[in-house]
Amino acid sequence: MYEKDGEKYFVVDSHCHFWDASRENWREGREQYAKGWIDCFYGYHQLGPPETHWDWEKYLKVSIDDFERDMFVEGHVDYAIFQSTYLKEWYTKGFNTTEQNSALLERFGDRVIVNGRFDPREGDAGLKQLEADAEKFNLKGVKLYTAEWNGDSRGFKLTDPEAYRFLEAAQELGIKNVHVHKGPTIWPLDKDAFDIADVDHAATDFQGLNFIVEHVGLPRIEDFCFMAVQEPNVYAGLSVVVGGLMHARPKFFAKVMGELLFWVGEDKMTFGGDYNIWTPKWQVEGLVDWQMPDDDQFADYPRLTTESKKKILGLNAAKLYDIPVPAGLGLPDTSADEAMAPGEELVDNKAGAQA
Amino acid sequence: MAGGPADHLDGATSTVDRQAVWSALGTVLDPELDEPITDLDFVESWTVSPDGHGGSVVTVGLRLPTFFCAPNFSFLMVADAYDAVTAVPGVSRAQVTLADHHASDEINGGVAAHAGFVKAFEGSINGEAAAELDELRHTFLAKAALAGQDRVARPLVDAGRTPEELAALTLGELAGTEADTDELIRMRRRRETIGLPAADDAPLLVHSDGSPVTVEQVPLHLRRARLQRVGIETNGEYCKSLLKIRYTDRAPAAAGS
Repeated sequence: MYEKDGEKYFVVDSHCHFWDASRENWREGREQYAKGWIDCFYGYHQLGPPETHWDWEKYLKVSIDDFERDMFVEGHVDYAIFQSTYLKEWYTKGFNTTEQNSALLERFGDRVIVNGRFDPREGDAGLKQLEADAEKFNLKGVKLYTAEWNGDSRGFKLTDPEAYRFLEAAQELGIKNVHVHKGPTIWPLDKDAFDIADVDHAATDFQGLNFIVEHVGLPRIEDFCFMAVQEPNVYAGLSVVVGGLMHARPKFFAKVMGELLFWVGEDKMTFGGDYNIWTPKWQVEGLVDWQMPDDDQFADYPRLTTESKKKILGLNAAKLYDIPVPAGLGLPDTSADEAMAPGEELVDNKAGAQA
Repeated sequence: MAGGPADHLDGATSTVDRQAVWSALGTVLDPELDEPITDLDFVESWTVSPDGHGGSVVTVGLRLPTFFCAPNFSFLMVADAYDAVTAVPGVSRAQVTLADHHASDEINGGVAAHAGFVKAFEGSINGEAAAELDELRHTFLAKAALAGQDRVARPLVDAGRTPEELAALTLGELAGTEADTDELIRMRRRRETIGLPAADDAPLLVHSDGSPVTVEQVPLHLRRARLQRVGIETNGEYCKSLLKIRYTDRAPAAAGS
C-alpha cells in the first residue's frame, strides 16, 4: 500500500520475476547466450534512475530477503504476480521457473501469485503438467512466451490447433488470465513473434479468458492498440513501459501513456514493475506523481485522475485475479455502467475528438 | 565532430571519395526505426584502403543496441550496408561485419557469401529461417509511410485545416504550405517504394491499400498515423538509450570528410 497526499493506493505488481542468472546456472556451451540475455536485461535496468542501479553481479540473482525488502517493505507492493520464463536452452535449471517462484509461496503465502506456463508443442505431456500445476499452485493465470524455442521449433501461435487445446484446458481449469509476451523479442526468424494477430483471434474465440499483452506489444504498440480497441478482453500490461520510459524518456512515456489511455482505456491497463529488471518503489511513486504534460502536443490525450492511478496500480489486476481489496482502498463500483472503450466510437470511423 | 576510432586515411593513393562512402552508409535505414544507421550510431568503424590495383577496399564495422536484436533486421542492415558501399565508384571490395551479436557468425558469413537470409541461417545453431525478408521490409515501409502522414499533416492540423480540407489535399498542393518540408520528400519516397500513390495528384491522406481517406475518416486516420509515429519513435528512443548504455566508453565513427 502506498499513501500520498491523503490518498491510499492498493498496489498489485502484475509482472515480476525471481530469476537465477548466476554463472552456475549457465548451460555449458551456451554461456554466451545466457550472459547475453542477462546483459540485455541489465541494459534495460540502467534506464531507471541512477540511484536505483545495481552492480551487475548483484543483478544476476537476488535472495529471498532482497525480494522481500525491494517488493514488500520498500516497494509498496501488496500483491505480486509472478510470470515464469524457462529459457532452459541457456539456463540449466531454467531462468525463472514456476518451481523457483514457488519457493516464495512458502515464505509469503497468498501475497504472491505464481502464474504457470504452457507450451502447446509439449502435447499431451504438457497438458498433464498444466493440470498438475493448476492444482498444485491454484493457478489463475499463465504466461505464454510464443517466441520460445522448443527443439527445432522457434515459436508458436495462439491460433495453432494445439494451442487452442491448451486454451480450452486452461479455461476448464479455472485459469482465466493469459499473459502473452509480445514485446522485445529475440528470434523472429520463421514466425514473427511481434505479430499479435493470433491474440486477436484467440481473444475473439475465448471470451471467457482475459488476454494481458505484456509490454503492450512494444515494439509493435500500434498493432496492439488497433487490436485492443476492438477486443473487450484484451488488456495492456505496462511492464517495461513505466520502467523503461518514465525516467529515461519522459516525453515518450507521456505519448505512450496518452495513446494507451485513448485506445485501450484506464480500466484495461495493469501495472507491472518487472522486478528485478527494476525495483517497484520508484515506479509506483513516480506514477502516482505523474501527470500528462500541459504542452500542446499532449492536449488531446486523456488525463490521469487519482482514480485512474488507483485502477492502474492495483485495482484492475485485483479484479482479474479476485484479490480481496481491503476496506477503504477500493473505488465505488461502477461496473454497472460498463465503460465503453475510449476509442470505440472511432472504430466505426465516426469522427471523434480533434485528431 | 570528433573522428571515430578508425576515421583516418589509410593510404594517400586511395581513389575513393571518402565522403561518398559515408553518404552511402547514410542511405541504409534501420527498417524498424526508419532512421539511417549513421544517425543511430550503429557504425562503429570504417576504413578505406588502396587495393593495390587502383581501387579501394572498404571495411565497415557495425554494432547494435543489444546482443539479441532481432536477427532479421540485423541481417538487412548488414546486407544493405554491403550493397550501398559496394556501389560507390572506385570500391573494388567491401567487408561489412556486425559485432557483439548472437547471430554475428551467420549474418557476417551470409552477407560475405552473398547468401540470402534463409541461406545464412541454414543448418546454423538457429536452425533454418523460412522466409526471405522482402515482405518484412515492405511491412515496415508501410508503417513508415503511415507515420509520415502524421509528420506531414500535423503542421496543417495545427494551422487549423479542417477534415474537409485535409481530405481534399493532394501532394502537389502542399508546395509552399506548412507541410512543405523534408518530411514530405521522405514520405513520398516511402510511398513510391511500396507502390502507394506518390505523384502530385495523389491525395495526402491514403489508407494502406492506397485508397483515399474520406472526410469522416480523417480524425481516426490521423489518430492512427500519430500512434504509428509514436510507436516507431519510441522504439528508436529505446534503441538509442540501450546503445548508449552498451557502448558507453566507445565513440561511434564519424563522417570525418
